Amino acid sequence: MLRDAVLVAGKDLRIEIRSRVGLNQIGPFALAVLLLFGLALGPDRRVLAPASAGLFWVAVLLSTILGVQRSYAIESVDGARDGLRLSGLDPAGIFLGKAGAVVVQLLVLETALAVGVALLYGARLSGALVLIGTCVLGTFGLAAVGTLYGVVASGLRIRETLLPLLFLPVVSPVLLAATKAWDEALAGTPGRAGGWLDVLAVFAVLYVATGIVAFGPLLEDG
Amino acid sequence: MRASTRTVPSERVAVALRVLGVASLVGVVATVWLGLFVTPPDEFMGNLVRLLYVHPPMAWVAFLAYGVASLASLLYLWPRTRSERFDRLAGASGEVGVVFTGLTLVSGSIWGRPTWGVWWVWDPLLTTTALLFVLYLGYLALRRVPGEFHVRARRSAIGALIAFIDVPIVYLSVEWWRSLHQAPTVLNPTTHKTYVHGSMAWTLLLGFVSFTLVYTWLVAHRYRLAELQDAQDTEGLEIALAERRAEAVGR
Repeated sequence: MLRDAVLVAGKDLRIEIRSRVGLNQIGPFALAVLLLFGLALGPDRRVLAPASAGLFWVAVLLSTILGVQRSYAIESVDGARDGLRLSGLDPAGIFLGKAGAVVVQLLVLETALAVGVALLYGARLSGALVLIGTCVLGTFGLAAVGTLYGVVASGLRIRETLLPLLFLPVVSPVLLAATKAWDEALAGTPGRAGGWLDVLAVFAVLYVATGIVAFGPLLEDG
Repeated sequence: MRASTRTVPSERVAVALRVLGVASLVGVVATVWLGLFVTPPDEFMGNLVRLLYVHPPMAWVAFLAYGVASLASLLYLWPRTRSERFDRLAGASGEVGVVFTGLTLVSGSIWGRPTWGVWWVWDPLLTTTALLFVLYLGYLALRRVPGEFHVRARRSAIGALIAFIDVPIVYLSVEWWRSLHQAPTVLNPTTHKTYVHGSMAWTLLLGFVSFTLVYTWLVAHRYRLAELQDAQDTEGLEIALAERRAEAVGR
């Protein structure tokens, strides 16, 4: 299963490195979102800096939708999806691979966004260990739910509108927990983030497990 | 898997449904009458307390409906119990659940405005209910996506379970988020310093019973409608096939 996952993730990441859609479109999109939040909340850093954790995670959530859509868009051409189904790879491995590739891309994006909130909103990045831990755990949860709903929506004509509607309410605990954990870290009290990291870990484990079980039937049906 | 062609419910089912409908109507009318005219106004909340007889029962029905929808989805996914009936039941119950969640939010808001001074507070129960509302609106949207029966049913059932897993995580994280806030007050009338006793307790109990009856009645009808829809789809397909065959013969 893990070998298959590495194969699929490698394939997805190679496509992304060569096509640069993530770099050219999803990255700039996330930056635009950060700038728009700045415009919406005004130039006052006393307003922006305390809100930066929440704004960061909302930007990540919105980018995840694009990342997941991209992850399935590359399967929709040239019968790639049928190829994937007929490849004999373990469906659980395919799920882990696709989710893993999304995780890697999101972590790169989050690094850039973290620099963005530091520069634009004047957030002082402290408690690096908690910040990174939150990103890793939260992103696993996001990628698992996204990949799971992505395969549900991918074969459908209304996928662009259906995916966000399905995805965003489900990941609301990730937004909440990740924002609170970041708040604690940015406020200089990273020790108090522990409980929120637990929430993120439980969420990630539950949905990765659900994906491993449910992905096979969903891939067949699409 | 082909849709069932049983379109007309047996006489007994029809009678039972009618009895259920009349019972729910009588129950709701009695709740309204008791709630508005018989029970006394509350010492602290005055006439506002009358919302107690409809709001918690609505919330209860919403949660019951989601419970039934999740259970039915699970039974559909389980190979040994897989049946079209469970898919229809999940769909019917989910739909009624969304309606009652909407009613819960509206009635809660109407109650909250004079009590708390605002239409909305970020209370764990309220926030969870609002998130449940959008969560299951997504489920209904997923159900409405056309497709072959068992593909659609399996997709929807998995969607329902993904949503169901989320409910406790949402509730616990929101509760924790608002831990400094007051305890959930909506289902716990004692924190309003309202003493539920005598006629009030009976009316509240009647509210729960009659709203549950309304739920059962609505789900039964929604289920029957889904059955008829499936039957009509199958029939339409058969007619189209027959026409196509006739065309081929006529040539």
